[in-house]
Amino acid sequence: MHELTVTQTMLDIVLEQAQKAHARKVGAINLVIGELSGFVEDSVRFYFGFLAKDTIAEGAALNFKSVSPQARCRGCGNTFALKEFDWSCPRCGGGDVEITAGKELSIESIDVE
Amino acid sequence: MEVKVLKNILGANEQLAEKNRALLDENKVFAVNIMASPGAGKTSLILETIKRLKGKTRVGVIEGDVSSSVDAEAVSKEGVPVIQINTGGSCHLDANMVANALASLPLADIDLLFVENVGNLICPAGFALGEQRKVIISSIPEGDDKPLKYPVMFHEADVVVLNKTDLLPYVRFSLDAFSRALKGINEKLEIIAVSCTSGQGLDDWVSWLEKQMTAR
Repeated sequence: MHELTVTQTMLDIVLEQAQKAHARKVGAINLVIGELSGFVEDSVRFYFGFLAKDTIAEGAALNFKSVSPQARCRGCGNTFALKEFDWSCPRCGGGDVEITAGKELSIESIDVE
Repeated sequence: MEVKVLKNILGANEQLAEKNRALLDENKVFAVNIMASPGAGKTSLILETIKRLKGKTRVGVIEGDVSSSVDAEAVSKEGVPVIQINTGGSCHLDANMVANALASLPLADIDLLFVENVGNLICPAGFALGEQRKVIISSIPEGDDKPLKYPVMFHEADVVVLNKTDLLPYVRFSLDAFSRALKGINEKLEIIAVSCTSGQGLDDWVSWLEKQMTAR
């Protein structure tokens, strides 16, 4: 979903950070994408290849760390991995849960020269 | 050399959403983000609510559509302040669009602000606007499996309005299956079954709204 705009925003942040670090080349971009975020790795790669042309990030490796969905039960405090279709707490059966991981869409770091 | 970045790519939108929220709170405006598939009844629900709150609560509306001002025109006929946002292609509203709309609304004269999002059950979930409550409208003809197909969206809702109950005799829809699917995602989610056509359930919806406004 919206990989083109998001990839552009990601590239803008990377170039800004690279400039701050006085880098002349970005070798790699280390990203964190949660499985519930709606973003698809392949689409990001595709758009990046196109958008990064003629920038110092051209050719940079894109490393994706995927985060699987985790939740915390508001009833008993238990933390657990979210299963498809059933988001109830496996410990107390409660259905009031807070999603604590899985929606991430962030840049952890960049490798520059 | 590794440079730590640690930035949320959607951070800019989230910051703006917080600013919107501060502005709403400052002006004592209670904003409700209405989300649903195209045609589920977002505008109808807003229009029916305005009629029922006339003289009691001052309502304002922000309408979001890719194009046209059909919805804003309908709302305008009810005599409430309304701004139409045309996204020109974007499939969801974002905090920046809402910030611009807020700047053109007489916030001091509004108690309850409806933000009608673009018809879409996927994208609005990822873009905070600054509202106090999120309402999802699901409708009978869409089928009872929508919570299974769009769990993140339904999980974020504060209430689910199930519209078009007048069509139950004509389409296949299991209220029990819908309820179970929803409880599997968020047990606390209340379902308010309504028909904007017949009027059924709309008093319950208005009561829910009024309770939310006094509870904050």
